[in-house]
Amino acid sequence: MVLDADLAQATKTCLFAKEHPDRFFDCGIAEGNMMSVAAGIASTGTIPFVSSFAMFAAGRAFEQVRNSVAYPHLNVKIGATHAGITVGEDGATHQCCEDFALMRVIPGMTVICPADGPETYAAVEAALKWDGPVYLRFGRFAVPEVTAGEGVAPFEIGKGRLLREGSDVTIVAIGYMVHLALEAAEILAAEGIFAEVIDLHTLKPIDAELLVKSVEKTGAVVTAEEHNIIGGLGSAVSETLAENRPVPVERVGVRDTFGRSGKVPQLLELYGLTSAEIVTRAKAAIARKN
Amino acid sequence: MNQAEKTVLAETANRVRIGILDGVYNAGCGHPGGSLSIAELLTYLYFKEMKIDPANPKAADRDRFVLSKGHTAPALYATLAERGFFPVEELKTLRKIDSRLQGHPDMKGIPGVDMSTGSLGLGISAACGMALAGKTAGKDYRVYTVLGDGESEEGQVWEAAMFAAHYKLDNLVAIVDWNGLQIDGTVEEVMNPTPHNLKFSAFGWNVISINAHDFDQIEAAFAAARQVKGKPTAIIAKSIKGKGVSYMENAVQWHGAAPKEDLYRVGLADLGLSPEEIEGRFKQNG
Repeated sequence: MVLDADLAQATKTCLFAKEHPDRFFDCGIAEGNMMSVAAGIASTGTIPFVSSFAMFAAGRAFEQVRNSVAYPHLNVKIGATHAGITVGEDGATHQCCEDFALMRVIPGMTVICPADGPETYAAVEAALKWDGPVYLRFGRFAVPEVTAGEGVAPFEIGKGRLLREGSDVTIVAIGYMVHLALEAAEILAAEGIFAEVIDLHTLKPIDAELLVKSVEKTGAVVTAEEHNIIGGLGSAVSETLAENRPVPVERVGVRDTFGRSGKVPQLLELYGLTSAEIVTRAKAAIARKN
Repeated sequence: MNQAEKTVLAETANRVRIGILDGVYNAGCGHPGGSLSIAELLTYLYFKEMKIDPANPKAADRDRFVLSKGHTAPALYATLAERGFFPVEELKTLRKIDSRLQGHPDMKGIPGVDMSTGSLGLGISAACGMALAGKTAGKDYRVYTVLGDGESEEGQVWEAAMFAAHYKLDNLVAIVDWNGLQIDGTVEEVMNPTPHNLKFSAFGWNVISINAHDFDQIEAAFAAARQVKGKPTAIIAKSIKGKGVSYMENAVQWHGAAPKEDLYRVGLADLGLSPEEIEGRFKQNG
């Protein structure tokens, strides 16, 4: 069953509604109720996908996600769209840069943010088969395909994907920032700096093995996320490395501020979510190696 | 319902009340007031109304119950134990570190608990989800939920009320335990949620008002709910908070407090235990 909260046209659950009208339920503008309804559905053995904007799925309905869904570890899949700053003109109230933090702190929650179209399909399929609650974070802005190439490992929840091998610095990126990480690696390569690029689509459970293996080679990390640098990818990677293999970490992301209205490219520039910023931080991380 | 049947139910409800008191006393904390007020409702649900099997608590086609006012878990646990989902003796472990009887209902650990609840307003929505899933799957099970009157101050209750009426969940019955008291005072003083009957009616529900302690009225209400098609039913059940324990009746301070030994003894006597039975309890407890 699929549930939405009066955003089916924007989240695109309207496509499912058209195909399967008997299994689509609009819950109206009442996200808290929707999330607990999903828990009730899941308790009967049917898997519900629940969709709304990230701000409302993770923010408004946080407590319902925690208490109705996650505490009983129910099989609810949350498809949260329009996450991050790339919502654009709607501005700060809708630009959720806190959802990674909110979802990843909940025990037993799996948190995934795909980098492109093919990875999104794979993530949704994998979430359906995964036992337990899953938070899927999607952006609004179009992105180039970066995970469909030869040599990219098949999608697996909890396993990061090595998109480019390198020796000098590891760029760990998630979601929208993955293609910018690849751009940054190109720029660095032109300067003789070889960056490894990891698409860490699953923020939780985090792929500690892959991270440690990579930094043992490179000795420095840059994280890149369309999220507050507090509580998201930068935090998760820092925590993991601090405990397992401490190396210099630089974080690219929204630097603890609210967004604003504007064209997406302007916003990305304003908040430093660019390949140029990744390059700058990569060099800073390398400079901090002993 | 004949008199003999009514007597059996009343005796069962009384044992549920004793279980509530045993649990809360041994825990040294908990919520006796709103537990005692729903003893007849839960007794009727679990012993007469619901299609359930303690030997198969996860049966796919069973009727479901959600205690939306999850803090009154002592009542649910005492009822489940009486019904045979787990030993009555276990009620004394309520809220203790090695017990599965959590302070609020935990569906992962406790046989017979259909939904984890405790945060007010969430349970009725989960009950809506169960009812919707049942209808969608073509199953004929029914879903019951008990709400607090104070709980209905939560906005989510009315989101759920809208939802249930919109999707014509006639397999759903929500019972409002109208005991009139919440932590900070009477519901009218704190944030008046009444009149529940008119509000649920305005939201599109079939509404029945009853005395929460009268088995004839309870039976009639559930029977009437079964006949209604296309609408969920709300049963507004006027109750006495703390019912059955003299000093707890209509006394707001017993919303969330446990009696010490002297008052525990008084409560057990109120519930009909003989002096010997009460003494025996202390010997048992060691």
